[in-house]
Amino acid sequence: MSGPQDDVIGKAYDARLMRRLLVYLRPHLPAVAVAFVVIVAGALVELAQPWLTQRAIDTYIAQKDVDGLRWIATVFFGLLVANFVFEYVQTVVMQTIGQKIMRAIRLEVYGHLQKLDLAFYDRNPVGRMMTRVTTDVDALNDLFASGVVTVFGDVLALVGIITAMLWMNWRLALVAFVVLPGILAATQWFRTNVRESYRQVRGLVAKINAFLQEHLTGMSTVQLFRQESNAFERFDRINRDHRDANIASIFYYALFYPIIETMAALSAALIIWIGGGWAGDGVVSIGVLVAFLQYARRFFQPISDLSEKFNILQAAMAASERIFTVLDTPVAITNPTNPPHPNPTRPVIEFDHVWFSYVDADGEPQWVLKDVSFVVQPGQRIGIVGATGSGKTTILSLLMRFYDVQRGRILVDGVDIREMDLAMLRGTFGLVLQDVHLFAGSVASNIRLGRDDIADEAVAAAARAVHADAFIGRLSQGYATEVAERGATLSVGQKQLLSFARALAFEPRVLVLDEATSSVDTATEALIEDALKVMMQHRTVVAIAHRLSTIQDMDRILVLHKGELRESGTHQELLALRGLYFRLYELSRVRENIGS
Amino acid sequence: MRRALSRLLPYVRESRRAFIIGVGCIFVASVMQLASPWVLKYAIDGLISGASRGCLAGYALAMLGLAVVDGGFRYLMRKHLIGASRTIEYALRNDYFAHLQRLPLGYFQSTRTGDLMSRATNDLSAVRMMIGPAVMYFASTALGFVIALAVMFSIDARLAWIALLPMPIVSVATRYFGKAIHDRFERIQAQLADMSAVVQESLSGVRVVRAYRQEDTEIARFRRSNDEYVARNRGLIRLQAAFYPSLTFCFGVSSLIVLWMGGRDVMAGTMTLGSFVAFLRYLVMLSWPMIAFGWVINIAQRGLASWGRMIEILDTAPAIDDRDARPDALADGVKGDVEFRQLSFRYPPRAGEGADDAAPMLADISCTIAAGQTVAIIGPTGSGKSTLVQLLPRLHDPAPGTLFVDGIDVREIPLARLRGAIGVVPQEPFLFSDSLAGNILFGFDPVRDRARVDAAAHAAGLDADLSSFPDGYQTVVGERGITLSGGQKQRTAIARAVAADPRILILDDALSAVDTQTEETILRRLREVRRGRTCLIVAHRISTVRDADMILVLDSGRVVERGTHDELVRRAGLYARMDQQQRLEDELAAS
Ligand SMILES: Nc1ncnc2c1ncn2[C@@H]1O[C@H](COP(=O)(O)OP(=O)(O)OP(=O)(O)O)[C@@H](O)[C@H]1O
Ligand SMILES: Nc1ncnc2c1ncn2[C@@H]1O[C@H](COP(=O)(O)OP(=O)(O)OP(=O)(O)O)[C@@H](O)[C@H]1O
Ligand SMILES: [Mg+2]
Ligand SMILES: [Mg+2]
Repeated sequence: MSGPQDDVIGKAYDARLMRRLLVYLRPHLPAVAVAFVVIVAGALVELAQPWLTQRAIDTYIAQKDVDGLRWIATVFFGLLVANFVFEYVQTVVMQTIGQKIMRAIRLEVYGHLQKLDLAFYDRNPVGRMMTRVTTDVDALNDLFASGVVTVFGDVLALVGIITAMLWMNWRLALVAFVVLPGILAATQWFRTNVRESYRQVRGLVAKINAFLQEHLTGMSTVQLFRQESNAFERFDRINRDHRDANIASIFYYALFYPIIETMAALSAALIIWIGGGWAGDGVVSIGVLVAFLQYARRFFQPISDLSEKFNILQAAMAASERIFTVLDTPVAITNPTNPPHPNPTRPVIEFDHVWFSYVDADGEPQWVLKDVSFVVQPGQRIGIVGATGSGKTTILSLLMRFYDVQRGRILVDGVDIREMDLAMLRGTFGLVLQDVHLFAGSVASNIRLGRDDIADEAVAAAARAVHADAFIGRLSQGYATEVAERGATLSVGQKQLLSFARALAFEPRVLVLDEATSSVDTATEALIEDALKVMMQHRTVVAIAHRLSTIQDMDRILVLHKGELRESGTHQELLALRGLYFRLYELSRVRENIGS
Repeated sequence: MRRALSRLLPYVRESRRAFIIGVGCIFVASVMQLASPWVLKYAIDGLISGASRGCLAGYALAMLGLAVVDGGFRYLMRKHLIGASRTIEYALRNDYFAHLQRLPLGYFQSTRTGDLMSRATNDLSAVRMMIGPAVMYFASTALGFVIALAVMFSIDARLAWIALLPMPIVSVATRYFGKAIHDRFERIQAQLADMSAVVQESLSGVRVVRAYRQEDTEIARFRRSNDEYVARNRGLIRLQAAFYPSLTFCFGVSSLIVLWMGGRDVMAGTMTLGSFVAFLRYLVMLSWPMIAFGWVINIAQRGLASWGRMIEILDTAPAIDDRDARPDALADGVKGDVEFRQLSFRYPPRAGEGADDAAPMLADISCTIAAGQTVAIIGPTGSGKSTLVQLLPRLHDPAPGTLFVDGIDVREIPLARLRGAIGVVPQEPFLFSDSLAGNILFGFDPVRDRARVDAAAHAAGLDADLSSFPDGYQTVVGERGITLSGGQKQRTAIARAVAADPRILILDDALSAVDTQTEETILRRLREVRRGRTCLIVAHRISTVRDADMILVLDSGRVVERGTHDELVRRAGLYARMDQQQRLEDELAAS
């Protein structure tokens, strides 16, 4: 459940990540500008308040000028209202930008996930990918909502104060700045360490999610085998690592802020000590010194604010690394730019010396299919038989281009499928998978999926063809009955019937069946076969089956053995061969006839 | 709300030491922080009055010392308070998962996985924010607030009361905003859970999505959920955007009133200018706690909303548990007699259905199985076969007095003991992303021994495929066994059940994905395994069930025929028809 990806992630360069994140800000630049103006205005209003109080005391109260005081109070009230408005606008604008950016990133990540190939999903647990789309993106919120823009304000203030200090007395300024290298060093220390623990935290959140998604979906298996305490222990371990990684990060930032504060105090102490000496020698005036002490405090305010933002930044960096890793995962199965036109005179499907392996062992491909070649003509009905694990499902997966072949090629309508438009390729086939998957939604929506153009009648006709209408009719709301996640409230056979109906409702040119009736009772199976004969009269069918009875009247039968295509021909031809197929056949006959 | 908080109390109590130390540190640190401006003031006075170098150095050192001590205590404060919140988060998550482990199959069939996951991460993190940072900021500003207030009262009590005038408004506003934040955040979290569920579902059905070109549909579905999430968030943003400044505004108004009234007093001569200025300075000190207060309210309301969502799950009583169990039931081992006694069963109504809408799924099933016997169950799709065998390990609960093991009602046998005696191969095998050996030894605790794996794999016919696994039985399979073929998954599940060495073995259509030859091999080897064990076999093929001691033919939840193969064939009923048809198919092939 834990792939390598969760632990090692390339230490990407911050600036590059940051630049990439800032790109998302671009569409919102006008709003950012508004926010910026409002922030500056708000700061001015805030500065004006002490100044007004000052004026009120010094000029009006001291001189007992009631009218003047009333005037000041009026202005003061006006400023309060203005402040309210500015703050409101600032929050709304900034946070909305943050939300919009996260929405865009989420959609982008999800869109990319929808393009990635099956091999990616073989390696990556679903829970991990869910984390990328949800929690990892949420970790960017603070960055955009309160970080980026206010950082500009802090930097601006910092530059202003530094200039003022240098201008007033550069020597004293240098004394005050003595601590800067210390601050930089502390920042560097914080950056590397906290980043590392944030990285771990993000990885562990993904692990928690992966663990949960796996164990919640498989909970009944855990319970049946009384593995609750085992599973709990494993969960506890991940959970504990997560806690410890977080506590480790507390150490860094719990120490970082005090260090910055101490540096500020050190700077003030130096000014008093060294500057005080210089004042004694008459090098600086007392007035400058006092002003300096006050400036020094202001000088550290933005630095301390910035270090707060720094924390946000590090968290965002750790999350964005992971998000960008997904976005940068190349799409292995791509759509060609200039798909050639299909040639209707060619066979529908051609496998041309196909070799395929899912994984390499010690650099050697583990061939699952070895030199497989066959041809399917339009309207032909092809059966594939073979022992379990011989590569039957793999043939269909390659045909759908879930994976790309390593050697040889597959042609559909005379076009190499790697050069064919993906949607067109997959649209050619109606696939019933060996592992049924239903979605939460109504029965009807599980048959037509997103194809709203499939009318209710067509849905019902497809269900009738596979004799699913009987049980659907017994459901309380018929076709509108809600199906639970993964179809959990239906029997396995019923699920299989629905996914069969789905394939028929799409009216594909080629029907591709992978053990499509393995969990259906034999009576229904026979009825479906009859119905199919009518429905698929002129269509091409490729069917995998374990029971020879289901495929024996096919136009041609392919016999697969350990990834090799060993025999092919009609039922009778194969029997005459007296090879693998013959033996299989004999066996099943013997078994059916024991006891009679 | 009080009830919700009281549910948190035990966790807080567990870490009370950390909380006490943390708050103590806050106290010390706050005093230090208040002291440092005083030192600075003295230093400036000293500079002006031309104090000696040594004296100045003393001030400098004092300032530095205060900062170091202040920093040290702040470090301890963070370490303890935030650390405690992490510890509580950890405990809560563990308890949450442990609770989910007690809930029955039916619960997971009616709940979305993504939703449950979202509560364990997103909601829990909001709860943690309430326990840790919110408490910390509240405590660290409360002290400053109190001190400033005390000084203000000591300077001029009347003015201090006046300064507090807007407070009732603040409290009304806080209550209003607090409730609104709570409600809106709850809806946000619900939407986030929905979004998680959408992603979870679509990614776990990735093959169907690709095969049927549903990528755009899925993206559209996600976009809707995403948009709704952002829309709900924007509702909260507007609220929050009004909340903070309204606190600042109230505070500003009170400054204004003080300025006005106090100014009049000074003019009238009832107050000195000096104390008025001092009063104003302390009033300013109140502003930061006010802002922090708003922030704390916000975080606390979010935390409460999320905690409510977690409690919802934690309060779900496990529908199947040991409440009727007798600890001594079957304490010295299970023999394996099974009896169904007029068993009827209905699933809980689906959403939108009345309680009586659904006809019973199983009706009036009676059957006695002696230990060591093999009983086969056959019947059309949806006739209730899986339901029937799932009742035995109590994945669903049978009514009292209808299902017995060794003569004892299954509800009276402790769950762990009951399930420990039963090995199940579910119709849809579920494998974990672990090695094959780990999956096979799943139901078996001691150190992994090879012999047991080998024996179980052999019995399940998995050994034939050993050469196709790169690392043998140590090969790690993908989530749900995704990197195995259908038959390999099924055989691994058989091996797992066999390895558990159960008294009662249940095979629910466990050979549907293997070819005839492999099926033959497995059946032959299972004959060995079955010896001395009670066995329930669900199947669609006559060939699989033929040599069972008894065959039950199920139709629409009723046993319509029962007997041995030969008896049933002679009876010329449903079973005989099935037999004939399956034979016919093979005859046809021969022609
Ligand atoms: N995604 C995958 N990654 C790695 N190996 C795989 C993957 N899918 C299948 N395999 C391996 O490839 C081989 C062929 O698998 P395939 O699913 O094609 O068999 P099959 O003929 O369909 O078998 P069955 O009848 O049991 O369904 C098996 O040894 C299997 O373990
Ligand atoms: N959790 C559930 N909630 C409500 N109804 C259910 C639930 N599980 C199954 N059902 C319904 O109960 C009936 C019997 O289901 P069951 O899974 O027992 O059938 P089965 O005989 O095993 O069929 P199959 O041969 O297809 O496996 C079906 O009509 C199904 O729709
Ligand atoms: Mg297969
Ligand atoms: Mg079933």
